[in-house]
Amino acid sequence: MAEKEVKLMKGNEVIAHAAIRYGCDGYFGYPITPQSEVMETLMELKPWETTGMVVLQAESEIASVNMLYGGAATGKRVMTSSSSPGVSLMSEGMSYLAGAELPCLIVNCQRGGPGLGTIQPSQGDYFQACKGGAHGDFHLIVLAPNSVQEMHDFVADAFDLAFKYRNPAMILADGAIGQMMEKVTLSPQRPRRTEAEIEEECKSWAIFGKTPDRPRNVVTSLELRSEEMEKINLRLQAKYKAMEENEVRYEAIECDDADYVIVAFGSSARICSATVELARNEGLKVGLLRPITLYPFPTKVIAELATRVKGFLSAELNAGQMVQDVKLAVNGAVPVEHYGRQGGSLFTPDEVLQALKDKIINRG
Amino acid sequence: MGEVELKQENIVYAKSKLMLDNVMHYCPGCSHGTVHKLIAEVIEEMGLQSKTIGISPVGCAVFAYNYIDIDWAEAAHGRACAVATAIKRLHPDKMVFTYQGDGDLSAIGTCETIHAAARGENIVAIYINNAIYGMTGGQMAPTTLLGMKTATTPYGRDPRLNGYPYKIADMLAHLDGVCYITRQSVHTPANVRKCKRAIRKAFENSLAGKGFSMVEVVSTCNSGWKMSPVQANEWLEQNMLPFYPLGDVKDI
Repeated sequence: MAEKEVKLMKGNEVIAHAAIRYGCDGYFGYPITPQSEVMETLMELKPWETTGMVVLQAESEIASVNMLYGGAATGKRVMTSSSSPGVSLMSEGMSYLAGAELPCLIVNCQRGGPGLGTIQPSQGDYFQACKGGAHGDFHLIVLAPNSVQEMHDFVADAFDLAFKYRNPAMILADGAIGQMMEKVTLSPQRPRRTEAEIEEECKSWAIFGKTPDRPRNVVTSLELRSEEMEKINLRLQAKYKAMEENEVRYEAIECDDADYVIVAFGSSARICSATVELARNEGLKVGLLRPITLYPFPTKVIAELATRVKGFLSAELNAGQMVQDVKLAVNGAVPVEHYGRQGGSLFTPDEVLQALKDKIINRG
Repeated sequence: MGEVELKQENIVYAKSKLMLDNVMHYCPGCSHGTVHKLIAEVIEEMGLQSKTIGISPVGCAVFAYNYIDIDWAEAAHGRACAVATAIKRLHPDKMVFTYQGDGDLSAIGTCETIHAAARGENIVAIYINNAIYGMTGGQMAPTTLLGMKTATTPYGRDPRLNGYPYKIADMLAHLDGVCYITRQSVHTPANVRKCKRAIRKAFENSLAGKGFSMVEVVSTCNSGWKMSPVQANEWLEQNMLPFYPLGDVKDI
């Protein structure tokens, strides 16, 4: 058993190490920039010789997400990783995973779109990740890391949440977090769950081969009777409601006395934490609210902040996506504006501060 | 006639214990019910109930899980071989098979089928080829014969407009990962027995780790073909079998 180790690593490499150390049973993926290091690292580490983890390069993202469906249907901890265009190919599968209530992990290391776009970092997939992104009423659990350490930690957190709610979870990172190198503390190796432990935990729904002591299990999202399908939908919605009640995570930096709050997630939040310092140095009381779970979104904490601040700036590497959720939370109480860069460009802390001044502080 | 005592030694045929009593949704005359029965019998005779995991498709056989008493996963349209791949990789001791129609396996799922076969996944695909999309109301499939009338080829399949039918069994046979490809039918009692032997052989291949096996069953869709069950069986023999000849395509 490996002890805690501190390493300098890329965010994508860390995903691979964290998966093995968490006791993940299987990874199924397809190469795409800027996240190919995840599978490359796994293949180099050969976990099938140590923990018994299966690693398979699929023929497409469509295949890899459906491999996830098969693996998750047996109660195993399975995951994939991709980047924006590849995640689009997985969207059908994500709807099926949510519909069949299968726990698994999908890592999206976002790049700029639409279409083939660019391989540079972006946060243009917020809508896709948080608003379903495929057919039907469903949600993924979405965690947004802002550091290499969180890339590591969220593998375990995402799997735990996925199994707690029997729902697919996503780590919504971006090319910046995936490619940058930082110090990371690796967790000790956990054993993979034994077949007996998995059966004990998942015997009411997972498929292992029917034994005489139980009825057959069927993993499906199909129900043609509308009144029964409505019941399934209501049960799913109750589950999402429970997530919204219990699983919201965020980080509030200097929000207690803030007059203005920047809302930003992932790599943007990393940049905006420097904006807060710049603003404070100028005597401006600026705070940063960083949603860690993008779904469930920290609606209540933003609504509460809206009762005592003068305005919000949602700083995102897109054309304005999360800002809609901020506006819903603020519900017109104070001004909410968006500032963003697109196409793979990042903003600087100064640019964000200038935008905050132009759009919120000095607005007419 | 009075009550006849049922004695074990007098029983010459019984329904497989793995066939559930749920009323089948298949049209009378359809081949699916017969193939389901054969699969249930093979699993029962091989004692594989607790080891077998079935993957049902999208199409008429989407509800296969209602009829055979084993664990099932219902896959997205065409993706059964990808789903089966992961299950088999994670559970090498299990017997994993897919049950797919011609639209599912050889149109929308062609990529997943070919790559599972090319990798030599130790899974079995049961491929029901009735040359038509049954569930959605009888549209042209990739397997629809030239000249055949369907809901989307109302004047008959014209290769200039609709392209040509193809034999995915022959394509798969070229792949190194494939150990067994056979084409069977269930339109006569003799063919039913041959088909059962083929399914059993495919299952045995999988347990022996020999690679990918596929049993194609050239089938009828009498509703989609707009024929009586008897007419459909005759039509199959006269029109389907010349293009999809029965027998082993590959057996190593």
